[in-house]
Amino acid sequence: MREGRGGRSSSSDSRGGRGGDKKDDKKRTLFRRRKVCKFCADKIDDINYKDVKLLGPFVPERGKILPRRISGACATHQRKLQVAIKRARQLALIPYVTE
Amino acid sequence: MSQSQSQVRQYELIYIVASDASEQQIADLHTQVEEIVGRFSGQLEKTDNWGRRKLAYEIGPHKEGTYVLEHITGSGELMKEIDRRLRVSDQVIRHITVRVDEENKVIERARAVRKAGSQRRRVARGLPPERQPGEGPQRSDDDDDRFSGDVEEGM
Repeated sequence: MREGRGGRSSSSDSRGGRGGDKKDDKKRTLFRRRKVCKFCADKIDDINYKDVKLLGPFVPERGKILPRRISGACATHQRKLQVAIKRARQLALIPYVTE
Repeated sequence: MSQSQSQVRQYELIYIVASDASEQQIADLHTQVEEIVGRFSGQLEKTDNWGRRKLAYEIGPHKEGTYVLEHITGSGELMKEIDRRLRVSDQVIRHITVRVDEENKVIERARAVRKAGSQRRRVARGLPPERQPGEGPQRSDDDDDRFSGDVEEGM
């Protein structure tokens, strides 16, 4: 029993050392910027396939569509974005893939 | 809604002409489209030549192309015919037709709803319905840091 308790206390001590790291982790999560849908915030109603400048940030180098969990776009706008990007790809305004 | 009204729709047509085509050939293509539009009693509202652009990827041997955008009002049959003609054409390397009237309606409705809401709230606060110049915080595009395109951050 006693041994166990001692062990636990020692482990909690060592955890105390690690606790600092954990605090850092927490700090990082706290400081993570809250994502806002760009289109809702800027009141952009028209997500047009001809507007390459608007679509550009949502198509990273590889040519894939940036997922919602990273871009922060809301469902409605991500859907419109997806249609616009696919149309722009057909017209060779945006690449399908880039090596 | 009458039959003829329901058939009039707004379309956008974009076609890419091969870079080795001459100005004259591009003009010819435009008159061809115009002629088909006239034959189906549609209307060519606006033409916009984007000029020569580099393609995002190679289409066959082509690396560049001249983009031409046409706003057309007319029936579905008209667009079908244009589509067929452009498909056959050697100079046109890619084309797309998009029906825009429904989308424009949705956009306009969204703008109207937002404007009405903001006016109502402003009036409720005892302000004039329109935003006055020099009112409220002035924001520049530079301090917008919501979206940086930082991929690592969300992982």
